[in-house]
Amino acid sequence: MAMTLKAKHQRLVLALVALVALIGAGLLAASALKDEAAYFYTPTDARTKGMEPGRAIRLGGMVVKDSIRRAPDGVTIRFAVTDNKATVPATFSGIAPDLFKEGTGVVAEGAFDAKGTFVATNLLAKHDERYMPPELEGMTYDDKARDDMARTMTVAK
Amino acid sequence: MPVCRLPVTKNPRNKKSCLATEQSVAARCPFCLTPYMSNFIVHFGQLATGLGAWAGVKTMPMHAYANPARFLSIARPVTPWLFWGGLVLIVLGCACGLFLTPADYLQGQTVRILYIHVPAAWLGMGGWTGIAIAAVMQLVWRHPLAAIAGRAIAAPGALFTAICLVTGSLWGRPTWGTYWQWDGRMTSMLVLFFLYLGYIALGNASASNGNAGGVSRVTAIFGLVGAVNIPIINRSVVWWNTLHQGPSITLRGSSIDGAILWPLGLTVLGFSLWFGAIVLMRMRAILAETKVEARMQRLARG
Repeated sequence: MAMTLKAKHQRLVLALVALVALIGAGLLAASALKDEAAYFYTPTDARTKGMEPGRAIRLGGMVVKDSIRRAPDGVTIRFAVTDNKATVPATFSGIAPDLFKEGTGVVAEGAFDAKGTFVATNLLAKHDERYMPPELEGMTYDDKARDDMARTMTVAK
Repeated sequence: MPVCRLPVTKNPRNKKSCLATEQSVAARCPFCLTPYMSNFIVHFGQLATGLGAWAGVKTMPMHAYANPARFLSIARPVTPWLFWGGLVLIVLGCACGLFLTPADYLQGQTVRILYIHVPAAWLGMGGWTGIAIAAVMQLVWRHPLAAIAGRAIAAPGALFTAICLVTGSLWGRPTWGTYWQWDGRMTSMLVLFFLYLGYIALGNASASNGNAGGVSRVTAIFGLVGAVNIPIINRSVVWWNTLHQGPSITLRGSSIDGAILWPLGLTVLGFSLWFGAIVLMRMRAILAETKVEARMQRLARG
């Protein structure tokens, strides 16, 4: 029995093979880009890869709680950036975005100085994937659950 | 034992502590059994989309509407329903999103741009997926309407991609402090917009050259190749460090609180119906143009 495919099926096989090859190529290219396409370096990257002072990079991470200090000149702020594995001190002179807060994400553009402090020339606030109404902010789940429990129990009485 | 009613608005993906051990009879998402309405909204939408696609494939054998006259007899009455139904949902969803939902704890009022931005992103990427499916149907099965469908999808797809880029940029200025950065998500979305422009140019150039109003086979191959970009856009925020936040809505549920999320369902559905209406209208227009052209040629030949 001869292995003959109908023209339609030949085209289908061809299209599928082409599609698989294309997606494979795309994935390979994307994984090769892994480091190069990163928008910012994390503090761990900065520590392990040994960023030389003066090289322009972006540093991204969370602003450490209670780390923001304002210098007497009124425009300079010092803070620490962490990815929970490594922490890097940073400084910035200028107007920070409204969303720049302790405990939230930040992407700082700038370079390390000789002492290992990151001198930022521009700050960008990074938003995370959580969206919620203001009355829930800062409220832990336990608080809300306790409130609700109290209310239901009063009603039950 | 007192009945503890757990709040339905908090989600463990919000990474806050959670009293999951409490006995609870709260409204649960019937799909994933977590007591969060935001997950229910997402999972209901995903199930409806899946069922809709399955029903569509089941009820419409591929060549049932290969005959343009038969296709038109369905497309003509369906178009106004999609158009007006979509418009009503869009207006309703936008009004609810503007006046009924709370502002975000961090972003404030700018969060409301989500009700336009997310449907635009979904349709920009969904449009190219449609182009790729039409390309396979054109190349493999030689479906006579596939080439026309691909060309009809391209313009609204490019439009929604542009809306996604513009609204994202307007949101980025107050939130991130910048209109534009070359991060993985933004760059790949911009590439999608350029792919659309290339496809439109190729499609328009080839449509009148013996392709009966549809795109040429080379254009279809371009549409297939460009589909590589779709998973890259989708995964960009997971693969690479990006300024754009990670996915809020996944198969596991939503990290957008239910109080903010619900009008998004209306606008996503509304814009999708509207997109369908635009595609059908454009397909009808292309078919009509081809008919006119054929008639003119017959007349010219005498």
